[in-house]
Amino acid sequence: MRRRVLVVLALSILSGCQKPGQNSLPMEGLVYCSEGSPITFNPQLDISGTTADATSHQLYNRLIDFDPETGKLVPSLASSWSVSRDGLTYAFQLRKHVNFHQTAYFTPTRSFNAKDVLFSINRWFDPNHPYHQVSGGRYPYFESLGLQQIIKEVSLINGFRVEIKLNYPDSSFLATLATDFAVILSEEYASQLMTENRPELIDSLPIGTGPFKFHRYRKDAYIRYSRHDGYWEGNQSVEQLIYDITSRSSLRLAKLITGECDVIAYPAQTELQVIEERSDLYLEERPGLNVGFWAFNTARAPFDDARVRRALALAVDRKTLLDAIYFDTAVAAKSLLPPSSWAYDDTLEQSSYNPVQAKKLLQEAGIEPGFTMTIWAMPVERAYNPNATKMAELIKHYLADVGIQVQIVSHEWSTFRRLLLKGQHDSVLIGWSADNGDPDNFYRPLLSCSAIASGSNRANWCSAEYDKLINLAVRTADESIRMSYYQQANQILMDQVPLLPIAHAYRFQAYRKGVSGLQINPFGGISFANVSKDRD
Amino acid sequence: MLIAIARRLNLLIITLFILCLASYVLAFLFPGDALTNLSGIPALSADQSHQLQLMYALNEGWFSGFWTYLKLTLNGDWGVSLNSQTPIFEDILKLLPASLELSLYAMVISLVVGLPLGVLAGLKHRSYTDMSILSVSLTGFSFPVFWLSLLLILIFSLQLGYLPMSGRISLLFDIPHSTGFILVDILRSEMPVKDAALFDALRHLVLPTLSLSIVTTALVIRLIRRSVVTVYASDFIKAAYTKGLSHSQVFWRHGMKNALLPIMPQLAMQFTVLLTNAMIVEVIFSWPGIGEWLIQAIYQRDFPAIRGGMLAVSAVVVTFTISVELLVRILYPLNKRQFYAQT
Repeated sequence: MRRRVLVVLALSILSGCQKPGQNSLPMEGLVYCSEGSPITFNPQLDISGTTADATSHQLYNRLIDFDPETGKLVPSLASSWSVSRDGLTYAFQLRKHVNFHQTAYFTPTRSFNAKDVLFSINRWFDPNHPYHQVSGGRYPYFESLGLQQIIKEVSLINGFRVEIKLNYPDSSFLATLATDFAVILSEEYASQLMTENRPELIDSLPIGTGPFKFHRYRKDAYIRYSRHDGYWEGNQSVEQLIYDITSRSSLRLAKLITGECDVIAYPAQTELQVIEERSDLYLEERPGLNVGFWAFNTARAPFDDARVRRALALAVDRKTLLDAIYFDTAVAAKSLLPPSSWAYDDTLEQSSYNPVQAKKLLQEAGIEPGFTMTIWAMPVERAYNPNATKMAELIKHYLADVGIQVQIVSHEWSTFRRLLLKGQHDSVLIGWSADNGDPDNFYRPLLSCSAIASGSNRANWCSAEYDKLINLAVRTADESIRMSYYQQANQILMDQVPLLPIAHAYRFQAYRKGVSGLQINPFGGISFANVSKDRD
Repeated sequence: MLIAIARRLNLLIITLFILCLASYVLAFLFPGDALTNLSGIPALSADQSHQLQLMYALNEGWFSGFWTYLKLTLNGDWGVSLNSQTPIFEDILKLLPASLELSLYAMVISLVVGLPLGVLAGLKHRSYTDMSILSVSLTGFSFPVFWLSLLLILIFSLQLGYLPMSGRISLLFDIPHSTGFILVDILRSEMPVKDAALFDALRHLVLPTLSLSIVTTALVIRLIRRSVVTVYASDFIKAAYTKGLSHSQVFWRHGMKNALLPIMPQLAMQFTVLLTNAMIVEVIFSWPGIGEWLIQAIYQRDFPAIRGGMLAVSAVVVTFTISVELLVRILYPLNKRQFYAQT
């Protein structure tokens, strides 16, 4: 008798355990497992992909956007625009009836107009703007492009028309306005905060025009967004969008498998096969606009000598690095630009692995065998370099063959970047993801002189000749002329080797069956604007 | 009786005092600036540094400095975390309930399962039942917690897909934080889909509670079994039987009470073991409790947070242990002679 009771009990417990479909929750929403906490909720203030992914396309709109399919510029908050014949004046006609978010902390009384555009640009452009110094006063993306020097003035023509005058023509200017960083903030919210004497809230309790509005955030735990019902483009997306901040990539994958996440950020190269083998998961792949490289700190001896840099580049077999680190998910890099860029130079010859030549060059430069240098390996995984530490180990072995001792250095990510900025490295394994499709977005932030101060020129390399070429390239809109300038710049890079380009990685996006409308945007952060989720 | 209570309270206060002292000294022993370690404000300007020196009374000698620190600590001013720059005391208040909740449920399960099994094994001493219960509990006892958790995740989450593997509740539910105990918070909230939320929270609880409680259950079984065996071997049980009492009469009147009483404090001690294990389990299940927070702090060398977390956890453990002892004393007062004989 007792036994029978036990059996019945066990059965009833087991029956309660039947597989509850993960979508059976009555709450509608999409959970995105992201890789880290954003530094701020205003992408103007930060250059990192994590911040842009979390904020730019969710909370905000830009004047113009890139079409993720074609890479062409398409209207967003600006319904149309025109460029004067001399390339100096840009006029934007703004869209009407665009609503800002209504939240617990702000209720807009007017819709979007030219004042908001003026405010958003002047905040980073005009050093005397009351909001310029709020939250630190650094706008790294615009600084790295030297935009403060390029723009002459921004003026309001009427309520829905804005004109931007440049000091000299810049053919990449429109592309810059379409990047994740050129978001439009609310002027009304800003002035309200100013009168309440707490302007810094503009970057932590954000208001924008984007498809989602901010609800709640806890560092290293989650971000909650809810649907912006009055979104100007119409909104069919999910009711709630939640960022589940999960820094370990294996944990993100596990959560994707159990259905705790619907979409995950940056699946690791080693995990791709697991995703492909499962029928309930999708993996999407696209060539990425990025480059992983090994930069030499040219501000330090002996790396100020081009012969040393050339020798180091020759001493390393990049094919092996590609196989061992990227597992066939990247193409070998010839220069800074990936093959998907229109300015990609197919004819460029790549220097090959040649330790004998490397030894000879080192001897010429007076480097004794037993010389010690540091390689800084970034501690986080990025598409352009999924495992910098392992790559550093491999390079260490190659350099041992030519008589150079290597010390591998790694710090926690924010410390790492801070110390890099101080230039304490001999060389560093890092990379760059482009924010727009323009080739200038590779050449300028990575190696121009002005990018040293803003911190994206990891080689601390400054060449007047190179700067002149890339400046000339953006003065004209003719692509074939621009291309010839970039080819000349490539020659300088081949000769000087301030950095050794290694690979252009593919971008991957993994999500569960039932999620639709998600697109890999090669020109920047992830967007959930049109994402929906089937409930089965 | 009063003396016993006074003694315990005294012990509590002195232990807490020593803990505070240790945490204060730690701030000076950790690498880096003592002021930064105390306040959690990095890269102090001269002006700030001066202000903080005054606040912590650092230039008035050790004693006065410690006294000020003690006052600040009692007031809930524990400095801010180096990493997130949020007040540590508030963080801990938010996170501690999550850990306590997990440990509490695990404790309840351990007792509910462990008590009857332990008593059964003790009564059927050296029988087939006893041996099998004992061997099962030995197996449970030998599992490292972290390995068990991973195994459970592997089977029930990744292979079978029955249960979730991280967090306290699906993030789709927006539960307002009031008590910090998730089940209580759900019941108190005014959301429309309460029962679904409750069910989801319970599903999240299963695996962490299970992996936590298996080890403790094994311990509880062994403790109780030993005690029951000892009690049943003693003369008064034999006397009770000779008086003609039935099995159940002997069991309820003499057996249970005398078997449980001496091991009550030991059972309570299991709670501290639980709390320690909970930290490991929290990390594996991404349970947003004090353990995961503390381990993150250690990982990022966030000294103010390590100091605060250490103080909070040890204070909870000490307070809990002593309160249980006190409770046992109040419930079953011994007379003076027995008391002195025991201590």
